[in-house]
Amino acid sequence: MTAFLSLDGVRRSFGDVTALDGVSLDVAEGEFFALLGPSGCGKTTLLRILAGFETPDSGTVTLAGEDLTRVPAHQRPVNLMFQSYALFPHLSVEKNIAYGLHREGLPKAEITQRVGEVLERVGLAPAAKRRPHQLSGGQRQRVALARAIVKRPRLLLLDEPLSALDRKVRAEMQLWLKQLQHEVGITFVVVTHDQEEAMSMADRIAVLHQGAVEQVDSPVALYGAPRTWFVADFIGGNNFFSGTATEAGLSSEALGQLPGTTSDQSAVSVGEPAVLAVRPEQITLNDGDSVLSGTVLDVSFYGGTSRIAVEVPGHGTPVLVHRHGAPVVVPQQAVDLSWGTADAVLVPPSSATAASAAA
Amino acid sequence: MKRSLERLTLLGPGLGYLTVLMVVPLALVLSYTIFQRGRFGGLVYEPTTENFLRAVDPLYLDVLVTSVEIAGVTTVLALLLGFPTAYVIARLPGKWKTIALVGLVLPFWTNFLIRTYAWIVLLSPAGMINDALTGWGLIDEPLQLLYTKPAIVAGLLYAYLPLMVLPLFAALEKQDDQLLEAAANLGARPAKAFLTVTLPLTLPAVITGCVFVFVPSIGNFVVPELLGGGQTAMVGNLIRDQFLKARDWPFGATLALILVAMLMLLLMLQAWSARRLTGDKNA
Repeated sequence: MTAFLSLDGVRRSFGDVTALDGVSLDVAEGEFFALLGPSGCGKTTLLRILAGFETPDSGTVTLAGEDLTRVPAHQRPVNLMFQSYALFPHLSVEKNIAYGLHREGLPKAEITQRVGEVLERVGLAPAAKRRPHQLSGGQRQRVALARAIVKRPRLLLLDEPLSALDRKVRAEMQLWLKQLQHEVGITFVVVTHDQEEAMSMADRIAVLHQGAVEQVDSPVALYGAPRTWFVADFIGGNNFFSGTATEAGLSSEALGQLPGTTSDQSAVSVGEPAVLAVRPEQITLNDGDSVLSGTVLDVSFYGGTSRIAVEVPGHGTPVLVHRHGAPVVVPQQAVDLSWGTADAVLVPPSSATAASAAA
Repeated sequence: MKRSLERLTLLGPGLGYLTVLMVVPLALVLSYTIFQRGRFGGLVYEPTTENFLRAVDPLYLDVLVTSVEIAGVTTVLALLLGFPTAYVIARLPGKWKTIALVGLVLPFWTNFLIRTYAWIVLLSPAGMINDALTGWGLIDEPLQLLYTKPAIVAGLLYAYLPLMVLPLFAALEKQDDQLLEAAANLGARPAKAFLTVTLPLTLPAVITGCVFVFVPSIGNFVVPELLGGGQTAMVGNLIRDQFLKARDWPFGATLALILVAMLMLLLMLQAWSARRLTGDKNA
């Protein structure tokens, strides 16, 4: 992969608080990339550094071979769709969109033509003369997006693009954004705390935690093969068992031998403390095998799937099991739980060791 | 029925107060304009248009023009000084913002007349400014500062500058900083972002501040009297003199009516432009 956007050792602190602790990332041209993490993980600071609103204390930002680190915001070939949209309230929709083209000093005819094109693309041509406060939330977002893409940036940043939309509009927008990205071919970087948003749209995701990158991978790899405890916990649901890593999985004092594998041999070595992460949908009930046995605590039916909580003696929290269709078990029933070696992932026990392993 | 009673109870006192103390006197002033002056003051109830004809006499028109000029210069200076002040205060950190605002309104705690007298002490030939300038050898003779038009402007500016700063501060403070970031992101250098985003969004406040300064400035008669030394008459002085010295109530009332009409026009213009500029939010 040739890096189009490249961050190298980017560090930024505010007083005593370290927002970014040496972040290095490579993004390919035309990629749909997501920065995912809980609030306070540094993703917003990273976004502001990319847009040029913040300067890193150290480290560099390179875009298409050009060092951007000290380039002021208004000279960057980077546009941002703000989370709050930040539309100019005193300008009409078309003037909002034309604003950035006027700053480039383009001829009037070209501005009119490009604004017209982008208005068609986002489906807002009939609203061209309206003011932002006369639009719905979804329409405002499309104006914000139009205002950014009309500039034909090398890099488009999107700050929590779906968070303010209701469920239905959200699903539409999600699909539409992905389609748009294919059509215009601009490199997209989305910043979000919402894993669904990142997983459903991005080609690759960087998971950020406490100012550092935990893992960069495709959505499927992040889900199926987390390399750290934080990623395993943050993305999707998981059951965790702690113990000592062995060749075949995990050895737990209370539960015995549990099958599992590791996606990153360097992070977990045999004989070291480790955590085994098992997805609820990878666990099967009463299929002849028995890795663990317990008693059904609670059963909930969600139509397509059932969720079953099982109390396992020697394990503090109930083990969660998801299965397709009806629950087939009832509370108080004794059950055997099992999973295959490839379906459970060994990760280092805490995020502290994970960070040192990743560095 | 019950609701209208409730409304009347709530509105009654304020409305009554305004009716008795504002509408009735204004109506009286209005009625005076069409009558004649008695030989020893007072009114003779014979209709006449003489008052209005007299008011457009060049002698009085000059006074009006001078007043507009002084109030206008004061307003422009207040805007030029007030905008940067408001801009800086709006960007101060929380605690300092409060301190700056308290400092801004602190002079109001002292009587207006006393503060205007203090300007005499500053500006007089033996005053502090002349003292300092001669002391440093910058001038040989004391400058004639007091009893000039600039002295009046200085006094009015001093009195009404806070009325410019406060609405501007309110508008600048509530402005979303992200709009400026958006402007920068779209390629606007800081000066351009100020001209295309900050300024248009604060224009209603600019107009409000200008009206707040212009209206009391043009009607003021204390400052022209004390700092202008009666050399420069403004409309306020003229009206007061008609009522108290010349005892020509009908003519004084006519001048007052003209002034009120002018200011009403100005306020209507302000309301109209504010509504237009804020994107008919309230319309």
